[in-house]
Amino acid sequence: MLDLTPQDWTAVALSLRIATVSTLVALPFGVAIAYVLARKDFWGKSLVDALVHLPLVLPPVVTGYLLLITLGRKAPVGAWLADHLGIVFSFRWTGAALACGIMAFPLMVRAIRLSIEAIDLRLEDAASTLGANRFWNFATITLPLALPGIIAGMMLAFARALGEFGATITFVSNIPGETQTISAAIYTLTQVPGGDHAALQLVIVAVIISVAALMASEWFARRAGARIHGI
Amino acid sequence: MLVVEVEKKLGEFSLNALFASEGGATVLFGPSGAGKTSVINMIAGLLKPDRGRIVLEDEVLFDSAARIDVPASRRRVGYVFQEGRLFPHMSVKRNLVYGRWMGGHPDDPDAFAHAVELLDIGHLLDRRPGKLSGGERQRVAVGRALLMRPRLLLLDEPLASLDAARKSDILPYLERLRDERSVPMIYVSHDAPEVKRIATRVVRLEGGQVTATGGAELLSA
Repeated sequence: MLDLTPQDWTAVALSLRIATVSTLVALPFGVAIAYVLARKDFWGKSLVDALVHLPLVLPPVVTGYLLLITLGRKAPVGAWLADHLGIVFSFRWTGAALACGIMAFPLMVRAIRLSIEAIDLRLEDAASTLGANRFWNFATITLPLALPGIIAGMMLAFARALGEFGATITFVSNIPGETQTISAAIYTLTQVPGGDHAALQLVIVAVIISVAALMASEWFARRAGARIHGI
Repeated sequence: MLVVEVEKKLGEFSLNALFASEGGATVLFGPSGAGKTSVINMIAGLLKPDRGRIVLEDEVLFDSAARIDVPASRRRVGYVFQEGRLFPHMSVKRNLVYGRWMGGHPDDPDAFAHAVELLDIGHLLDRRPGKLSGGERQRVAVGRALLMRPRLLLLDEPLASLDAARKSDILPYLERLRDERSVPMIYVSHDAPEVKRIATRVVRLEGGQVTATGGAELLSA
C-alpha cells in the first residue's frame, strides 16, 4: 500500500493546489479570449491566436525561461510588481501556478472556442428579439450552451497543470514545500540512489488523481451535454 | 401602425420594399427567394437595411438618414421563427417566460395562463424542447413571442416545417390569436390556402419588390 512521507504528501497537496488555482484563474481569461477568437474579426487576430498557442509549441523550458527573465525578482516587470503591488512570483507556488496556467492556456482556449463556434447563432438572434442585450445573451445562451466545452477545457488545463514540469522547474525551481510538485518530486527521487520505491508511490498517486479528474469531467460533460441538447 | 420603407442589396439580389400595416394580420406573400424573410428580419432588427425607414406606432425603429437603429433587444417585436428556435437548455416554461424576464416585466399569471390555454401547451411546461413534436415546438414558439408583450408579432412561415395534418392543427390557434389579440401580425408565407385563412391584408413580394397590396382576393388573381 501507499506509504508516502510527509514531504511526498506536501508535494501532492501542492500539485493539487497549483493545478486548481491555475485552472480557476485562467478560466475567465480563457472564456474571454475564446469568445473573441470565435466571434470577432479584427486586425491582428491571427497574431493573438499565435500568441495564445505559443506555449503549446515552444519547449516548456523556453516558456519558463521567458517567465524568469520577465517576472523574476530582479527582472523589470517582476521587480515592479514586487515593489508596487507586493506580488512575487519567482520561487513561490504562485509562480508555479502562473507557469502552469500559461502552459495550460492554449488547451483551455481551444476547447472553449470550438464549443462557442458550434453554437447556433440563430438562437442568440432569437434571444435578442426577446429582449436580451449582449450581456444577457452571453450569460443565458452562449455560456450555458458552451458549458461542455468549458468543462473539457478546464479538465485539459487541470491535467496539463498537474503534469507541468519544464516551465515550472525553470521559473520557480524545485523547492520542497513551496514549488516542488508531484512531477518535480518524482524527478528528484529518480536522481538519488534508492529513490525508486518512493517515486513509484508518487506515480501511483498521480495516476489516481488523473483518472479521478478524467472521470469527474466526463460525468459533468455528459450531464451538461444532455442539458444543452434539450432532453 | 407599421410603416416599412427599406432598401438592401444582398449580393446580386436587391430588395426594395415599401408597405404599411394597420393591424390585423398582414401577410407577406411570395415565392421563395422573394426577400420575405429579409424584410421581417429588418423589422426585427436582425438585418440592417442599406437605406430607409421603419416606424412602429410612434417610434422610429430605423432611419438611415437620421442614423437611428434601435437594437433588436429594445424593439419589443416578437418573432416566431420557421424552425422555432426554442432554447434547448431551458424547459418549455423557462422558454415561455424568457421574454418577460429579459424585458423586466412583472409576473403576470393571467397572461401566462391565457397564452398557455390559447395554445394548449399546459401539459408541456416541464418538458425540454428536444422532446417536443414539430407542432408542439411551434406552438411554444408562438407562446414565447406572445409572452414578451410584443407591440408587433412577426411569424416567418411558422407552419412550413410541418406536415399537412399538423398545419391544420395549428392554423386555428393562429386564427384565434389574430382575432382575440390586439397585437398586429406580419405573417410570411408562400402557401396560398394558409394565407387565405389568416390574412386581413396581403402584400405580394416578388424578386425583392412589392408588386401588389390588397385583400385576400389578390390570391385568386
